[in-house]
Amino acid sequence: MKSRRWLVAVVAPLAAMVFSVGVASLALIAFDIDPLFAFKEMWTFGTSTESLINIANRSVPLYVAAMAVAVGFKMNLFNIGVEGQYLLAALFAAWAGALVALPAVLHVAFILLVAMVVGSGWAWIAGFLKVKRGIHEVISTIMLNFIGFSLSAYLFLNVFRGETEGLIVATGQIPKSGWMPSLNPVLGWFGVTPRRGSELQSFLIIAIALGIGYHLLVKRSRFGFDLRASGINPAAAQASGVDPKRMIIRTMMISGAIAGLVGMSVLLGFFHQYPQDFSRGYGFNGIAVALLGRNHAAGMVFAALLWGFLERSSLILDLRDVPSEIVTIIQGTVVLGVVVAYEVVSRLAERQTVRAAARAAAALESGGAQEAA
Amino acid sequence: MTAVATRLLPSRRTSRSVLYALSAVLVLAIVVAYTGADELTSRGTASAALRLAIPILMAGLGGLFAERAGVVNIGLEGMMIAGTWFGAWGSWQFGPWWGVALGVAGGAVFGLIHAVATVTFAVDHIVSGVAINILAGGAMRFLSSITYTPETGGSVVQSPGVTKMDTFNTPFVAGGNLFGWKSPDLLGWLEDRDWFFVSDGAGVLRGVTGEVSWLTLLAVALVPLSVFVLWRTAWGLRLRSCGEHPWAAESLGVPVLRMKYYGVLISGGLAGLGGAFIVLVQQGLYREASTAGRGFIGLGALIFGNWMPAGVLNGALLFGFGDSLRFRGAVTVRALLLTIGVGLVALAVWRWRRKRPRAAGVQGALALMVLLGYALLTEVPDQLITATPYLITLLVLAIATQSLRMPAADGARYRKGETG
Repeated sequence: MKSRRWLVAVVAPLAAMVFSVGVASLALIAFDIDPLFAFKEMWTFGTSTESLINIANRSVPLYVAAMAVAVGFKMNLFNIGVEGQYLLAALFAAWAGALVALPAVLHVAFILLVAMVVGSGWAWIAGFLKVKRGIHEVISTIMLNFIGFSLSAYLFLNVFRGETEGLIVATGQIPKSGWMPSLNPVLGWFGVTPRRGSELQSFLIIAIALGIGYHLLVKRSRFGFDLRASGINPAAAQASGVDPKRMIIRTMMISGAIAGLVGMSVLLGFFHQYPQDFSRGYGFNGIAVALLGRNHAAGMVFAALLWGFLERSSLILDLRDVPSEIVTIIQGTVVLGVVVAYEVVSRLAERQTVRAAARAAAALESGGAQEAA
Repeated sequence: MTAVATRLLPSRRTSRSVLYALSAVLVLAIVVAYTGADELTSRGTASAALRLAIPILMAGLGGLFAERAGVVNIGLEGMMIAGTWFGAWGSWQFGPWWGVALGVAGGAVFGLIHAVATVTFAVDHIVSGVAINILAGGAMRFLSSITYTPETGGSVVQSPGVTKMDTFNTPFVAGGNLFGWKSPDLLGWLEDRDWFFVSDGAGVLRGVTGEVSWLTLLAVALVPLSVFVLWRTAWGLRLRSCGEHPWAAESLGVPVLRMKYYGVLISGGLAGLGGAFIVLVQQGLYREASTAGRGFIGLGALIFGNWMPAGVLNGALLFGFGDSLRFRGAVTVRALLLTIGVGLVALAVWRWRRKRPRAAGVQGALALMVLLGYALLTEVPDQLITATPYLITLLVLAIATQSLRMPAADGARYRKGETG
């Protein structure tokens, strides 16, 4: 039984991947471009050392964003507002981090804490509105995204803007004690020396720890049990003593706290301040990664890596006269494909289970009849 | 005798909505008189409000057809994005009416995908909708890179300029031409008189009767059409039965799956029409992310309007009005803050007298915040003005009465042959 569930988890995403690559190939063929050439170029470029480091760095915030979304998905709570939550959180964290001077590890911890509190607070609004006023969280989080973009733009230009030189507009720089080191020395132990400017960010370690924490929270804790119960059967969960309103608020806040960490790998490992062009889009892509990874801690790792690979390797395509947007087609179809494929495969598995049970029951019955005779 | 008389008189519902509209104008007139923010009731604001309300209305009506058939459609935004792309492409290639047709078709294609996922494969409606939004954005970007990038003025995020939809002025009330003869502009004349209340009302009416595009007319006509189709035809009854109790509908021989397909397809087409409207009436070209959450605001209008076409229209007009003030500068936004503040105070007093002290307290506190904002923000920053439509949507949904009733089986997974 266990092995079949594992099969479902692997077959569905694979089928979706094959399907989406097929769709993308058709789109390319329709415009007279050889898909094999495009995919080969992507693979060669995407597997160089620098690309692999870049992919790892891209995947980390995507993975964190996916976890933020997935916590909510587990109880059918849709936090579409990760984008706004992490941008606001990164802005506040950058500002607060530049204000204080603390010992190295404490400083980083302080910045992360600020980010989590801000993200959590912004997400709380959506939870509150759902519980008190019955506004569906999809609508409220989307609205809060737009409000958050405006608010962060306003705060950035009028309140948090630091003393910067030249044309760069940014918050003040975080002191060195608040930076996270590069992992390149560790790569050196394995004999890998990437080119200058290509650095593996150490937030990776925190992301891995978060992944383990997420898995334990969902699968091994009381809260996780309530969470999944509320998702599968809210009425039964309530009957067994789970307060749905409290659950919504708590889940939203946990989701927001994780979302707050999304921007931290770039902030602490690369920018060290919040510039006007701070990395965007992780929140929206995180939704896709969560859907693709089926909210599973390990599944989302693969999904985030795939996403990182697609984004990185698409950079070569424009140089080869292939529209790099083909990647967005792959991303879009694979997400839609995987939700459909999962439904189909699990329905097939269900039917097989029913049939197997019926066969076993029939065998048992005929065996019983013989005994009686 | 009495029956005839009552039939000739306007129905209670109509007279009540006229009363609401008049009192809204009255409140605005008072605010205009007090703050001098003439723009609040100018023809420019009213016409912009209508123009901005239409995409929201189309998304809302789109949501209505899907949810009345029991399918939640979060993918409206993506379908609208498809509408903007195909609307621009159609108009660019063949002319504006082709843009409308292709915009509708583009939205409907994504509607079809949503229908296949949710109806045939019983995928969770919200998951499918979210996936559709991602897919639509990516697909349109790919199409832009193929078609628009090589053109002058085009790029991966925008199309070259396209032909916009023609507009007309209504004869007699807004100075339109009648067989080549220029009729008088009565409302315009009244608006220029600066009479309290009368000129305000005339300004609003002048705004919605002058410089109106044919597409706007078509879009507004879809509201009574939806009422007729959904509530006065057997087809509409069947569609709604699928949203209320598909299992009962199935037992009576309604082809539930097919009806759901119709609902979602129409939903996609309407959202696509809203997207085409953004291109053909508002902007004159396709620009990436120009829908800016209108699909979701449309869902807000649907909820605000209690899943009824006329209610959706009200919601869309309200959100469109809030949106239009964005372009009218800080004075107008401040005046709006004052309006909202006073309105909240009135609401709080009413709740207090209805013996609901907690609600009154919450609204009183909100009113205080808004009025404080009015007093403190002598200059409203641009970034916050951009946020007004979203803030208004949230505020309205938070304050509006909660005696709403959505279709009973909205969002339910339905499979043929199962019992509820």
